[in-house]
Amino acid sequence: MSSPLVSRVAAQLARRARWRPYEIAFWLLALASVFLLPGRHLILTEIVILGLFALSLDLILGYAGIISLGHAAFFGFGAYVAGLLAAHGLVTEPVLALLLSGLAAAALGFVSSFLVLRGSDLTRLMVTLGVALILRELANQFAWLTGGADGLQGVIVQPLLGLFAFDIAGHTAYVYSLTVLFVLFVIARLIVFSPLGLSLRSVKANPLRAAAIGVPVNARLVAIYTIAAAYAGIAGALLTQVTAFASLDVFSFERSADLLLVLIIGGTGYLYGGLIGAVIFKVMHDYLANLTPQYWPFWIGLVLVVIVLVGRDRLAVWRAAIAAALLWPFRRKPAAPEPEGSGR
Amino acid sequence: MTLALETIGLEKRFGGIVAVDDISLRVEQGARHALIGPNGAGKTTLINLLTGVQRPTAGRIRLQGHDITDAAPHRRVGLGLARTFQINQLFADLTPLESISLAISERLGAGGEWWRPAGGKPEAVEEIADVLARFHLADVMHERTGTLAYGKQRLLEIALAIACRPRVLLLDEPAAGVPEAERHEILATVSALPADVTVLLIEHDMDIVFSFADRISVLVNGALFIEGAPDAVARDPRVKAVYLGEDIDA
Repeated sequence: MSSPLVSRVAAQLARRARWRPYEIAFWLLALASVFLLPGRHLILTEIVILGLFALSLDLILGYAGIISLGHAAFFGFGAYVAGLLAAHGLVTEPVLALLLSGLAAAALGFVSSFLVLRGSDLTRLMVTLGVALILRELANQFAWLTGGADGLQGVIVQPLLGLFAFDIAGHTAYVYSLTVLFVLFVIARLIVFSPLGLSLRSVKANPLRAAAIGVPVNARLVAIYTIAAAYAGIAGALLTQVTAFASLDVFSFERSADLLLVLIIGGTGYLYGGLIGAVIFKVMHDYLANLTPQYWPFWIGLVLVVIVLVGRDRLAVWRAAIAAALLWPFRRKPAAPEPEGSGR
Repeated sequence: MTLALETIGLEKRFGGIVAVDDISLRVEQGARHALIGPNGAGKTTLINLLTGVQRPTAGRIRLQGHDITDAAPHRRVGLGLARTFQINQLFADLTPLESISLAISERLGAGGEWWRPAGGKPEAVEEIADVLARFHLADVMHERTGTLAYGKQRLLEIALAIACRPRVLLLDEPAAGVPEAERHEILATVSALPADVTVLLIEHDMDIVFSFADRISVLVNGALFIEGAPDAVARDPRVKAVYLGEDIDA
């Protein structure tokens, strides 16, 4: 065996996981938004939470090929766990409560993962949708615990790490959410470039062959579904903590469906799709809702149809231009979408 | 000496149809064993039973003396049974480098690691380079598999199985669909397989069968028809009768 080849292989492998310039630019922009857009921290926090939630769906959809129409099940579960921990004073420190909510959602993800192992995409859509509906109804029925349709009252969120109180302008909330997003993003990035991430992509591409080279297909799907559930649960818990409230809406079908829309806008399988999609979706939503308060879903629907019909590949070139045009009146507003983000 | 691969009374029924009928196949250690037979003889079903894609309705399968009848497909790979596919089954979005490093990670038990980049272990890197070189894939290692020329994809198909370091390798028509000019490269890599790897070859092309195999089993209507050395099988009038009137490549 030639040793130059060994070093070429080693270099090629090392290059895969290297941070690209556009990634560094993306996170520098995100960091800059903390200082440059102090008046927009409330909507930025919403974007970060949606982005984290979409990142979670990307892990199973973009990397393992599991489609879900009920990902809000884990988001909602995390939201209620965080709410209950705070409302009953069980765990008052938000970071610890966030981790516990993620663990609880992971446990739910682990159990329900066995339902999505088998079956076609259609089966998976229905099963995931069903799980979310069941959880929503449970939260509705057990009103003594969850507050039912009135939502969970009395959530009081203590200062972060006992030091930083949540303020009305949302500065603490934004820095907190962004930090959580970054940490979880770095972990997700480790995962997708690891042997585990590679094996998931192989399962997505060809489960028959993946098993034929020794990949335990089902175990890997269970693992990523559990991890993604934890991510979604943490996103939900963040929402509860920054709004000091949880309602049945966290389980809603619209939330799951919007999430797919976010990933369709941003693209799957390169991790930034969910984040960029969340920025575009929220900004577009905000802009269109100002423009035509009643008819904004029309425009969202139009965008969806165009994306699906025109096809993502061809659209990738235009997307930056379209987004720029849409965002033009918004230029002083938050985090314009990444120009290089159309990757993949 | 234990047999490399053995089936005992293996049977697979689909409703009323018997696709594999009481097959007891014995493959010796280090053999170059060919499995031939007309279309619909049950060769594909037999492969699916051996690799665990389908479960037999009766009978047992032993690999190196261990009963693997109830083992999941990926477990059989870990126990030393790998296969190639007649129609390429590759990962279109992955590069050859990624595909091979995946197979090697899984074999080293590192497939579930999430905290380190794929192929990060030094011994894995050397082995990846070795497989890439042996299968003439080094120049295209960073290209998407889906965009590779067919001949290269065919080589990767075999390389992936070899990266599992099998003790028994099932080759399902390795040269199928490969143009004449590139055929030689595929067959050369097949002939160069290590002698201690037992090979069970499923093939239609009689030139390949008779130049490669030291033992031949003929399958007809789901049952084992004749088994023997190549010259004995070639002379056997019953084999000629089975193929009579049939295109030999059918």
